[in-house]
Amino acid sequence: MAVVDQPAPAVEAPTENVLTASGLTGETLTLRVLKGVPGGEQAEVAYQVPVVAGMVILDAVHYVQHNLDTDLACRWNCKAAKCGSCSAEVNGHPVLMCKTRVDDLPAGPVTVHPLKSFPLIKDLVTDVSRNYEVNREIPPFTAAPDDGTPWRIPQQDIDRLYEFRKCIECFLCQDVCHILRSHDYADRFYGPRFFVRVASLEMHPKDVLDRREQTREQGGLGYCNITKCCTEVCPEHIHITDNAIIPLKERVADVHWDPVRFVGRKLFGRNGD
Amino acid sequence: MAAPPEPYDIIECDVLVVGAGGAGMRAAIAAADAGCSVTVVTKSLLGKAHTVMAEGGIAAGIGNVDPEDSWEVHFADTMLGGQLLNNWRMVELYAHEVIDRVLELERWGGLFDRTDDGRIMQRAFGAHSWKRLAHVGDRTGLELIRTCQDKMVHTPGVAVCMEYTLTALLKSGDRVCGAFGYNRNTGAFVAFKAGAVILASGGWGRMYRYTSNSWECSGDGAAMAYAAGADLLDMEFVQFHPTGMIWPPGARGILVTEAVRGEGGFLFNAEGSRFMLDYDPVKKELSSRDVVARSIYKEVQAGRGTPHGGAYLDVRHLGADYVKRKLPSMYEQFHALASVDITSQPMEVGPTIHYTMGGVRVEPETAATTVPGLYAAGEVAGGLHGANRLGGNSLGDILVFGRRAGVAAAEFARTTGASRVIDDAQIATEQADLLEPLGGDANGSTPGENPYKLHEDLQLAMQDDAGIGRSEESLQRALGGIQALRERSTHIRVSGGRALNPGWHTVRDVTNMLVISEAIVRSAIERRESRGSQWRFDHLDQEVAYGKVNFVTRRGADTMDVVSVPLDPLPERLRPLLERSRFYDAAKLPKGYLTETTPSEAANAPAVTPKRKKQ
Repeated sequence: MAVVDQPAPAVEAPTENVLTASGLTGETLTLRVLKGVPGGEQAEVAYQVPVVAGMVILDAVHYVQHNLDTDLACRWNCKAAKCGSCSAEVNGHPVLMCKTRVDDLPAGPVTVHPLKSFPLIKDLVTDVSRNYEVNREIPPFTAAPDDGTPWRIPQQDIDRLYEFRKCIECFLCQDVCHILRSHDYADRFYGPRFFVRVASLEMHPKDVLDRREQTREQGGLGYCNITKCCTEVCPEHIHITDNAIIPLKERVADVHWDPVRFVGRKLFGRNGD
Repeated sequence: MAAPPEPYDIIECDVLVVGAGGAGMRAAIAAADAGCSVTVVTKSLLGKAHTVMAEGGIAAGIGNVDPEDSWEVHFADTMLGGQLLNNWRMVELYAHEVIDRVLELERWGGLFDRTDDGRIMQRAFGAHSWKRLAHVGDRTGLELIRTCQDKMVHTPGVAVCMEYTLTALLKSGDRVCGAFGYNRNTGAFVAFKAGAVILASGGWGRMYRYTSNSWECSGDGAAMAYAAGADLLDMEFVQFHPTGMIWPPGARGILVTEAVRGEGGFLFNAEGSRFMLDYDPVKKELSSRDVVARSIYKEVQAGRGTPHGGAYLDVRHLGADYVKRKLPSMYEQFHALASVDITSQPMEVGPTIHYTMGGVRVEPETAATTVPGLYAAGEVAGGLHGANRLGGNSLGDILVFGRRAGVAAAEFARTTGASRVIDDAQIATEQADLLEPLGGDANGSTPGENPYKLHEDLQLAMQDDAGIGRSEESLQRALGGIQALRERSTHIRVSGGRALNPGWHTVRDVTNMLVISEAIVRSAIERRESRGSQWRFDHLDQEVAYGKVNFVTRRGADTMDVVSVPLDPLPERLRPLLERSRFYDAAKLPKGYLTETTPSEAANAPAVTPKRKKQ
């Protein structure tokens, strides 16, 4: 991989502007951003960024955009860790750039790369559209037709769903999951985010559909060998493996590996149960 | 004549929805349910819209917690909160229908916190008479958007175009028949040919320096509507939330939820004085947003601000366990971004731009704008909130009027909008305008303005001179600044090509923000009084005359015209409802058509309703 050093504005004294107004620490951060487009060579470009107190990586990328390279592409929205847009791999770790403090990283240059598991669009932006296709494949929430609102639902019945509904769809779990990252099984594996989605539907007290066979067959739930990489990177601290995937595996086992149903399927075909 | 346009893609649909927040998605579902083909266009990925930022809840007079509540009390609170400048019919429809919209969300799989007997829980919020906000923890907006998103993508007939920017509405004669823009990732031009267009593009906080808004909130929808000849209403009203983070610099503006004060947080100045006891001894920290924001501002101006120019928000007395349980996201936010442990240290907070009450002028029933074929719903539309919005009324707004816009646009698309013609001359002009800044170099020796720098300068001008406190002098200064920036904007140049070039994308964001900023400033100049979110240092009181009018911004031949239009007074049948609000005080009614000051006015005015007995 080529490394291009951007020479000129490195030592330019930063002007007081929206991004640097007070709080300058006097230090300089070397930000090495992997730039490139599909089909072309990707190369790290080094930028010198004046460090501001409490600076996060997204602030540094914005400084580059405003002052050094207006063409540098990154995706972001809320800058408050609520929308899940600014996912990237910082020093090799999948993180939200808006939540990653410069002063929490080891001294020295910081690398910022796009998510590796998704096709590149440009610089730090990748094509995550496959995730939206998977979501479409999962049958939506469905209540019994005659079960009209307003509903009475005890709080205890939905407490465990809260965790799943916190998901901000940053897709860091999809990025880090080795079934998608190393094996490239996007065509046969929903991925952690969508097992969380299925779990939230399956455990909803008012939902009447059964998505277990589909999750096993089209969703490839069995490929997951519970290495918990997804749980480790989740910025919302969702216990993806323990609270969504393992319970789903148990539920699938209930329906698929039940001996009576198993024999029934063998005798009468797939829908024999 | 302009040269023939560069070839462009055409996407045709019955109803085009601009924006994929709560309003856009609810509109799309309604239009598709009415049998129309719908295309939803969003600048971002689906599910990232600003709706996710809403924390508090959806206000609805269901009365699950406080049985005294009803749509009528909600109506009264909203009208009084808006200082009676609201469009009363919008408020009436809203207060009625938001109850159904909340139950509908639940029917679509949305979760809400529950009461002990299993019904939807409701919480108290500033200036609502009763516990009214249906909520789920402090992430109600995310729940709303995920629920609508799931419903929409599984609704037949809805297509979504993610990461497209629209730059102009296309017109056929007087009628809007589509929109033009580009695919952000490739830079390819595309025309959307539609029977009707719904703007659901949100507000415009980004022209201010300290804002809780995302980059998307650049006012594209309002700017396109203005360019197409639509009226903008109440543009002077921009809401400051009293508590945003102010340190570190990169986090400045990020919201600190009102729930912090709701849970019992205190505000102190640098001298350790709990100043809200002086400004509002009754409601204290839970006074309305405009009052708390101004109080913090006054403390800072008086030299009693914190080191970074704000106030201390303190929850230490609540106990560490309680704080972590009730305010988990605030604990996390300050811990991660500011290295502040709010259980042992106070937070530094100050006012931040939060919401825009003004917007495209619409008909209450249909959300139709003043241009045929064009509809507007949610924050981009004006009228519902009057001079100040109550917390919890925006999530309800987007559902109620998103649905109404979808239904009405579908009807229009099938009838008047059935014939759709695109004018290539309009497209050629728009293409030339969009391509002009490309090819230069904003960083190097080629003369040209950097769009980001223009944006920063605009933010400074608006923050300082058209912000929380305003005067004729400061507003004139802001206007001059905007005009100078508009001149500079004709020289914008950006490097790079058309494929996913953020610098290029920023050009149109900035020119849109310049238009909307001018509308804000010109309207603020005309309203020579302090009312709701508008605080004029040179006109500190409310004036009866200004309580009878809204200001409308519209495009003249070469000018931006701001005209006053008389507002439709509350009809007799609804006036008694105002007294149902717990905050009703006949002696302190917002000045306007319900109050009188001068004998001559009293003589001319139609019989003003006297104070009525409680029902």
